[in-house]
Amino acid sequence: MRSAPPDDVFRSLADPTRRAILERLIREGELTVRAITEESGVSQPMVSKHLAVLKAAGLVRDRREGREAHYAAQAKGLAPLVNWLEHYRAFWSARFDRLDDLLKRMDQ
Amino acid sequence: MNQAAATATRTVTLEREFAHPPEKVWRALTQPELVAEWLMRNDIKPVVGHRFNFRADPMPGWNGVTDCEVLVAEAPRRLSYTWNASGEEAKTGIKTVVTFTLTPTKAGTLLHMEQSGFRAEHDHDRFFQGAQYGWQKMLGALEGVLSRS
Repeated sequence: MRSAPPDDVFRSLADPTRRAILERLIREGELTVRAITEESGVSQPMVSKHLAVLKAAGLVRDRREGREAHYAAQAKGLAPLVNWLEHYRAFWSARFDRLDDLLKRMDQ
Repeated sequence: MNQAAATATRTVTLEREFAHPPEKVWRALTQPELVAEWLMRNDIKPVVGHRFNFRADPMPGWNGVTDCEVLVAEAPRRLSYTWNASGEEAKTGIKTVVTFTLTPTKAGTLLHMEQSGFRAEHDHDRFFQGAQYGWQKMLGALEGVLSRS
């Protein structure tokens, strides 16, 4: 499976309503759009919009059954956020900057 | 995913020249109070077999502790230690080796850092098998990232 770019994943989760929807799907498993709407506090068209964004980011997948769309969380969608290599590359680069500062302050 | 991708390990390398002699850079890599200033709080000793920890502030999903053991300590040329997830994360978290190589240059020291043993694909698969656990951790970590940005 091809992962969505990290920016897409971040952007899609920056919205608290979308985060709440995703958290609920994680907790409760597959749900219909109607079931998601009932507890979301927003209208069904808004929920559908949020689900489309989550789907584009690879965080949920959908399945049609009769007239109802069922949505489920897709764990691998968060993989771009746990890219250890990128994380550590940035980490060490920043730490080397600090090491340089420290060396300048140290006595010979 | 094929078998090779599942078992392959990956490496992060970084190289930078510092305008300071190797002996001085070595001290910055091996004296706890100096290491703390640029890396993390620690109780490192440049003695092979010495076990120590790096300590960062705890965050959701991570106690902030890294388990280490010195593998190589050849002053002022080579320092290597394990860098492993601690606590609850020990089984699923990272297990890597960090190696610093110091090479004298005209201007000072060329410092080469290599962190090896990342098993990204493999870990993702295992990590996400315990989906509930993994998700909660990731969302916890995400909250941290979002609140900082």
